[in-house]
Amino acid sequence: MTNLETAENAQGLRRVAIDPVSRVEGHGKVTLLLDENNHVQQARLHIVEFRGFEKFIEGRPYWEVPVMVQRLCGICPVSHHLAAAKAFDRVLGAAPITASAEAVRRLMHYGQMLQSHALHFFHLSSPDLLFGFGSPVAERNIVGVAQAHPEIARKGILLRKFGQEIIRITSGKRVHGTGAVPGGVNKLVSAADRDALRRELPQMMQWAYDAVEMVKQLHEQNAILYNGFADFRSNMLSLVRRDGAMDLYDGVLRVRDADGAILFDGIDDQQYLGVIEEEVRSWSYMKFPYLRALGNAAGWYRVGPLARVQNCDFIPSERAEIERQAFVAWGKGAMVHSSLAYHWARMIEMLHSVEVISTLLADPALLSGDLIAQGTRQRSGVGIIEAPRGTLIHDYDVGDDDLVTRCNLIVSTTHNNQAMNEAVRSVAREYLDGQEITEGLLNHIEVAIRAYDPCLSCATHALGQMPLDVTLLDASGALLDRVQKSPGGGLTRLPEPSAALAA
Amino acid sequence: MTRQPGALLVLGWGNLSRGDDALGPRFVADLQERLPQSLLTHVDFLEDYQLQVEHALDLAGRKSVLFVDASLDAAAPFEVSEVQAMRDSSFTSHALSAQALLQVFTDLQGQPPPPAQLLAIRGERFELGQAMSDAAQNHLAAALAWGLEWVRQSVATCRPANPV
Repeated sequence: MTNLETAENAQGLRRVAIDPVSRVEGHGKVTLLLDENNHVQQARLHIVEFRGFEKFIEGRPYWEVPVMVQRLCGICPVSHHLAAAKAFDRVLGAAPITASAEAVRRLMHYGQMLQSHALHFFHLSSPDLLFGFGSPVAERNIVGVAQAHPEIARKGILLRKFGQEIIRITSGKRVHGTGAVPGGVNKLVSAADRDALRRELPQMMQWAYDAVEMVKQLHEQNAILYNGFADFRSNMLSLVRRDGAMDLYDGVLRVRDADGAILFDGIDDQQYLGVIEEEVRSWSYMKFPYLRALGNAAGWYRVGPLARVQNCDFIPSERAEIERQAFVAWGKGAMVHSSLAYHWARMIEMLHSVEVISTLLADPALLSGDLIAQGTRQRSGVGIIEAPRGTLIHDYDVGDDDLVTRCNLIVSTTHNNQAMNEAVRSVAREYLDGQEITEGLLNHIEVAIRAYDPCLSCATHALGQMPLDVTLLDASGALLDRVQKSPGGGLTRLPEPSAALAA
Repeated sequence: MTRQPGALLVLGWGNLSRGDDALGPRFVADLQERLPQSLLTHVDFLEDYQLQVEHALDLAGRKSVLFVDASLDAAAPFEVSEVQAMRDSSFTSHALSAQALLQVFTDLQGQPPPPAQLLAIRGERFELGQAMSDAAQNHLAAALAWGLEWVRQSVATCRPANPV
């Protein structure tokens, strides 16, 4: 049986394209090649990579880079900011950084985790989860959620706002912050700001806990769907603290196999290239990373919340650890591989983030202490951080003139490239094979991709730039149907409607 | 002491390192620079990479809102349109449309949003690392002249008839 990545005979198959994938950052396109009986013969997720990122950075003074890299991504600029700062800590020989600098950076990072996870769950995925994957597209968005469940939308917005306020306080600005610098930070937190954040903590803690309960209930109410949707086995990679605890800011690399056995552990972040290799495939702009030791066929892996919650031995905060244990119990001793379990794991991380923020806000190092550490200048440095979507790697060489001479970035979504393709194939097999192609069915594919919260290409979003383009070709390659959807939601069908794509 | 929100909000979005995508935040920065102090006190300025749900909270208490973004569709140098609250697909992921943001405001606050206009400044190129095009610079200059007048007129409308 084919694995559906490449059809045995692509000629004579008709093609369905979803372009771009909705509620996914950037541009993506799904193509399904169907035979005359609507059986899926080939499924691929094509991604427009972060084109030119490395060239954008090379040649710049290293001290500019933590600020500039925020412009690579309008969704997780703080993660890039911190990963770059960590890499240049190494270049400066500033390892470790001061206790105060680490406290401020951690607070910034967990604020970012909180606001990103809140946006994804409450505003990008809750429409699918609350209304159903096949519900009318006009309802299945955040505006629909705000109308039908205003309290959920409101919690999401206020959790996100709280996280962003932490980012503003620690980085100096709401966007384009400059808080982390090579070797440390450029400011501490004031007592007034700390106290203002602490006043909001009890409410944020409760809402984060409620969110875990909500997603847990969704699993319990429809276990067959949540356990089986886009369910496939994979390795899992993430940072963990040296003692095996979850740590989203710093640690060593750990990989578990699909059965949960540890394949690699304690890998120093500076040595990541000894573990990970990237493969180029002709049909996608995005590379496919894999574990060197296992090769590209068996060595691909998943990153992000699902990997992190299961890779760690424990979560070092009370309530999130209880929820992790409940998650593990759900798997009955086996690794949980369903793509929808990402949502549950993500909410456990959100709860953990609030708990970490609470601990950090009680740390006097936030308010006073040295800002910058110094050491012996090096020519290269690697910074790895667990960004909201997964492991983020920044790797730089710096010349004697302080200019960056080489830059290699492996972003979270790239790590999950193979996994998202597997998710598309899994759903295509389950939901599209032999059935009529409807908007609701196509959305099942998008739901699978959205579980990974991919950030495909960022921050180019001028009005009118992102139409949804769905094309249907018959077995001879002739155009059967084409639907364009404007950013405002209007549909234009060319040339003539086809029952196959009627939404 | 926390400052009261200004009666007017100018909210622009875009990426400074993606060529003409910088039009939104550049407009916000340049307008702030050019306004006299007497007008600045009435206006809050905000920029971001994208329009996000939490911006609904920034609309509260405003008399008028001006959204600013680069546009490939607008006629040069710029177009201005009224924005009405509306449910739409906003399928472009993490970002919302201006009309959807107003709808979120309505649903959350239980009241109509403030009057809002969208200033769409024509852009030409949007690749990472590109500088703003000459055409976009010209469009920005024209848009700023319009923006200054928009603030003056809006402040005049917002002021009490007989200020003390």
